[in-house]
Amino acid sequence: MGNKQTTFTDEQLEAFQDCTFFTRKEILRLHSRYRELAPHLVPLDYTNNPDIRVPLALIVTMPELKENPFRDRIVETFSEDGQGNLSFNDFVDMFSALCETSPRELKTIYAFKIYDFNRDNFICKDDLQQTLTLLTKGELTEDEVLLVCDKALEEADLDGDSKLSFSDFQNMISKAPDFLRYNHVLYSHLYLCLLLLLLLLLLLLSG
Amino acid sequence: MSRRSNVVPNVLYDVDGVAQRRNNRRQAAGRGGAKGRGRGKKPASDEEEEDEEEEDEAPRGRRGANKKKPAKKRGDDDSEDEAPKRKRGGAANKKKGGKAQDSDEEDSDAPKGQKGRGGKGGKKGGKEEEETKGKKGDAKGKDKGGQNNISSDSSSNSDEEEESMSEGEMARLMEEVEEKKKLIANIRNKPWRMKRRLTHLKEAQAFVDKFEGALGKGKGRKWYAYKVMMTKVLMGLPYGSIPRKTVPREEQDTAQDYSVLMDFNVRCSSYYFSTTKTLFLSQGYCKYSVLFYGFYNNERTIGLLKFRLPLSYLMVGIGTFGYSLMLVIRTMAKNADVGGGDGEEGEFTFAWKMFTSWDYLIGNAETADNKYASITTSFKESIVDEQENQKDENIHLRRFLRVLANFLITCSLGGSGYLIYFVVKRSQEFATRDDLSWYEKNELEIIMSLLGLVCPPLFETIAELEDYHPRIGLKWQLGRIFALFLGNLYTFLFALFDEVNTKLEEEQAIKNASIYAMKEYYANYSRLVNDSEATPPPMNPADVIRGPCWETAVGIEFVKLTVSDIQVSYLTILIGDFARAVIVRFLNYCWCWDLEAGFPSYGEFDISGNVLGLVFNQGMIWMGAFYAPGLVGINVLRLLSSMYYQCWAVMATNVPHERVFKASKSNNFYMGLLLLVLFLSLLPVVYTIMTLPPSFDCGPFSGKSKMFDVVMETIDLDLPAFMGTLFSYAANPGLIIPAVLLMVLAIYYLNSVSEAYKNSNMELKKKMQMARDEEKNRRNNTDSTNQVMKDLEDLLPNRSLAPPPEPEKPPEPEPKPTKTKPGAAGKGVNLQKDVALASPNPNARGPVRPGPGPGPGPGPGPGPGRGRGRGPPPR
Repeated sequence: MGNKQTTFTDEQLEAFQDCTFFTRKEILRLHSRYRELAPHLVPLDYTNNPDIRVPLALIVTMPELKENPFRDRIVETFSEDGQGNLSFNDFVDMFSALCETSPRELKTIYAFKIYDFNRDNFICKDDLQQTLTLLTKGELTEDEVLLVCDKALEEADLDGDSKLSFSDFQNMISKAPDFLRYNHVLYSHLYLCLLLLLLLLLLLLSG
Repeated sequence: MSRRSNVVPNVLYDVDGVAQRRNNRRQAAGRGGAKGRGRGKKPASDEEEEDEEEEDEAPRGRRGANKKKPAKKRGDDDSEDEAPKRKRGGAANKKKGGKAQDSDEEDSDAPKGQKGRGGKGGKKGGKEEEETKGKKGDAKGKDKGGQNNISSDSSSNSDEEEESMSEGEMARLMEEVEEKKKLIANIRNKPWRMKRRLTHLKEAQAFVDKFEGALGKGKGRKWYAYKVMMTKVLMGLPYGSIPRKTVPREEQDTAQDYSVLMDFNVRCSSYYFSTTKTLFLSQGYCKYSVLFYGFYNNERTIGLLKFRLPLSYLMVGIGTFGYSLMLVIRTMAKNADVGGGDGEEGEFTFAWKMFTSWDYLIGNAETADNKYASITTSFKESIVDEQENQKDENIHLRRFLRVLANFLITCSLGGSGYLIYFVVKRSQEFATRDDLSWYEKNELEIIMSLLGLVCPPLFETIAELEDYHPRIGLKWQLGRIFALFLGNLYTFLFALFDEVNTKLEEEQAIKNASIYAMKEYYANYSRLVNDSEATPPPMNPADVIRGPCWETAVGIEFVKLTVSDIQVSYLTILIGDFARAVIVRFLNYCWCWDLEAGFPSYGEFDISGNVLGLVFNQGMIWMGAFYAPGLVGINVLRLLSSMYYQCWAVMATNVPHERVFKASKSNNFYMGLLLLVLFLSLLPVVYTIMTLPPSFDCGPFSGKSKMFDVVMETIDLDLPAFMGTLFSYAANPGLIIPAVLLMVLAIYYLNSVSEAYKNSNMELKKKMQMARDEEKNRRNNTDSTNQVMKDLEDLLPNRSLAPPPEPEKPPEPEPKPTKTKPGAAGKGVNLQKDVALASPNPNARGPVRPGPGPGPGPGPGPGPGRGRGRGPPPR
């Protein structure tokens, strides 16, 4: 490593690489981002796994989270203490789960946790109301909020306990249009056949 | 011992999740016997151990523990064993109890001599070990470490031991290792805390390292290392391997099309040489440049490598179409979401809006505000939709207006078509004159661009009459603009064909003239020189008199069209958006009303219109590329520059569209348009290739009667003779017609199969819907269904309650207030119904009631019944 200050040992980096969706460079970059948040708190040298946590208030100032209505919940969800204080591990964890390459299933799990404001492993009506209030900046009237929450519950609640369990949530999310990615080969065959046919016809007509 | 005791609990704790899962699996496979037994014994054995010597070596016991009875003896053996062997044995035992035992015994026979040493210790250690093993294999890694140290002295025995290990054990161990490896590969997908993940990873890796090496005797290890390396390489750049720039949701559909189109163009341009020459579009310098068909000549082969220019020209022209088709179709197939249509749309409107509407990529305050606003609007919209689902007050007026709107739009479409036809005709007249002004020269392109500029807003205004739902309205609007573009393009094409035909006649005349001239030349030559040998004329007769070369003319038309399109769209942005934004922004300081919020305001970025423009533009390129290969280069430049230019314009001068539609839903809509455009632009080109005779004196096909004769020529001259006959058979109508038939049948078959799939999809959906409804019904009617149960319970002797229905009623009111919170008024009603239903029952029950009941009855009796009846609320 020469005269460069080592932040992580190779082993640590490899472990992080195995545990996250990031490359070496990205992990180092994450560390520098982490350190930027609280330069006085976070050491450059992380080889001995110092137990340092950066408080929620600092984390949510990151541009990635700054505008997110659920920023506090996201950070809380990923913090080990539930208070929103993130150790570097938690920090990496958070970005790994949120990154583009992480699979839908994982994202769904974390999304469920994020929307579960009171952490009872169900998304109940209160959670829905809070979600809605955050999402619309409280611009809906009380009645409207209630109506929307009722409707959402009615749509997604399959087991009829008037709160959303994880399976309800998963079912609902997996059908969301952005999640739909069918590979419909049949149609492509159909189109190809059609086109070949037309070309052949042309050939026949001209020849 | 102290070390052991530290390790074990930690590991147990950490790895619990995995262990559990793994255990389940194993047990399911019926292999769990040993483990189960081991665990059962555990408590006792633990105690024993503690009493006895603590300095026991941890690893030793493992095997012994697994084989309960022969534990002592074997334990001794084990202590002397080398680490790997032990591990193997341990793992194997762990995995499957019954079988493993036999083989173990066999194994252990070999080193029996060492038995004597520490029977007791072995046993105990074994048991303790077993606990670890039984729970989870992960702990093994650590144990192994310990074992190694301890057993290093006994390494000499290892070879024997290894040999003695049975195949089954090996297999089992391999399985275990595979499992670990799988864990390592998937650990990033586990919803665990990072700490836990790291611990598991370390353990699994240690385990794998140990066993891989030992098992595969070096080879395995190398293979594993290779695999790890490969996965690292692959995982380093997983799935979306190349770091993609993320695109804001609002621009996704644009981006999508850009990427496809760019992709296409870039690839094409690598075939054609893309020239960056400045354009001189008049019939001057560029006419014979590399940009156009006329530049290429008809030499059969060029250079040492015998590059067959005419053949490759044709092949590239057709191959481009084929490739684009494949690309478009594949993209379409990729994002065709079956059944994602209207059926499911209604299912989760609100839930989706609530959970999936936020875009996690937003990092800009203004964008975030817009998003908040748009989410709020969409919620309000759906609320309104929900509240007044059908309110068609005046359906007749609406219908009349819609018909009127369509009539108006058809009129304007027809008008624009006629205008273009008229202009093309006029331009043909102009073509014979020299004294043309700039406008007259470029009239056609200007008119077409202006039509493209004026008509869409006009359509939008007319569409106001129709009052469709915005999403449907958008589709109509896009369809109309598309029809306009297409109509214009085709009118233009037909007019062009007229021109081409006149050019062809002209050309025929010139050809005759030049042939005549050549004959004259020969005649003169032979007369003057009196030499019968054919001496080549001083220059190619084709070069004596230049024909009009209709291909180049067509290419020039397309290039002109493209360039004027570029100019118009850039100018539109500059004037329509930028100037407007500047005026709105700065005049606002001294104006009577609020310009920003009021009338002119800022321009909206019209995503759909822009995408449509791209699609149309691409169609022109497809059409023109055959006759003007340089067009592709021009288009690449255009797309690149317009991307940055429009990006700047959007950032600087535009506001986001009021209604943002999810790109994913309309994705295939645009791709479908692209496919249609592709097909429609393919038609004329293929038609010309197949039917029109190429110019005799320019282009790669000069001298042929049809363009595709190059192919025939190549087949005849360059391929072995039998290929020629083969092709002639293949081109036989007798073969083509059956092939056509076959394809029709294939289409029919595929179509019906997809229909069937669709149907079964619908069926499944219906079933799911029914199941859901049933579930809901059940929930709503829990009271009534539970009534039966209640009655049954009441019939039980010790339950038998004296309380007639009357006493039941009083307690009812008090729970009600709590129920109001969930806001289910219906439940209250149900409850009362319930009570009403319940009342007759006690009478029927009358005879069953034994005497003693009445006393304790009222309290507990109704309690449980009510609770169940009410279902969720009390919970």
